[in-house]
Amino acid sequence: MSDNPVLERAQRFLAALRHCQVLGMAVHEAAAEGLTLRLPYSTRIIGNPESGVIHGGAITTLMDTTCGISTVCVLPEFEICPTLDLRIDYMRPAQPHKDVFGFAECYRVTENVIFTRGYAYQDDPSEPIAHVVGAFMRMGKGAQNISGGAA
Amino acid sequence: MAALNLNTLVREAHEKNDYDTLISLIPYAKLLGIECLRLGDDMVFRLPASKDNIGNPILPALHGGVIAGFMEHAAMLHLLMFMGIPHLPKIIDFSIDYLRAGHYRDTYAQCQVWRQGRRVANVAITAWQTSQSEPIATARAHFKVDEP
Repeated sequence: MSDNPVLERAQRFLAALRHCQVLGMAVHEAAAEGLTLRLPYSTRIIGNPESGVIHGGAITTLMDTTCGISTVCVLPEFEICPTLDLRIDYMRPAQPHKDVFGFAECYRVTENVIFTRGYAYQDDPSEPIAHVVGAFMRMGKGAQNISGGAA
Repeated sequence: MAALNLNTLVREAHEKNDYDTLISLIPYAKLLGIECLRLGDDMVFRLPASKDNIGNPILPALHGGVIAGFMEHAAMLHLLMFMGIPHLPKIIDFSIDYLRAGHYRDTYAQCQVWRQGRRVANVAITAWQTSQSEPIATARAHFKVDEP
């Protein structure tokens, strides 16, 4: 189906995460350099009913998932990697009625921990709506058959 | 949408001890199923177990983003209810430490405002499932609380 193994693994990973399916998230781009997911705009994830701006929690879910799945870009085999911590800085409010894209990359992989960073944007990646850093624990390859990891 | 009269809604919710109207204003809070319980002077937020909030299907465990979103929204509601802010606080930054797996069961959160300045509030949030002394996550957030 695909000659891009990273894309295929990212899609399989995302498909296993029910809440991400509820939000309609999809893999936008996957490469060795990093992963981009898309969160479609929906009235169900509005956080401010006056402005129609989506809730920060939906952006946190997008970025936790993007950072977590970006581990498939650097790991030779699937590993469960639960989130250790995550920090989000909001640069500007998201614009209503527009999808949000989340990009993440792993910038350091150690025996036990993977350090990831990324950003969320709408029209222009050079004008992010949020910056993110997150650390993920490596649980080893004991769980290769399990198709979903970082929650 | 018409401008919200948040102060009135908060006052009515306190008087009736019924926070459903306040919660249902925010679609994202309804999507997750967030509830609000008043215990004396304390406010405890509850996220009932829901299949739609699951991330890891094997454990099964709640999605970390759901836990974070629940905690962020709890902090926002807490500020609205206790700090007399007439509009929705805006998130500036949010940082969460995951301490234990969030299992597929009810989750609770409580907030502590460490500082409320004229423009910015700092809120700490603790989330737990079995026992408050064994939190599944702790978080802190800054909100912009002055006029939008």
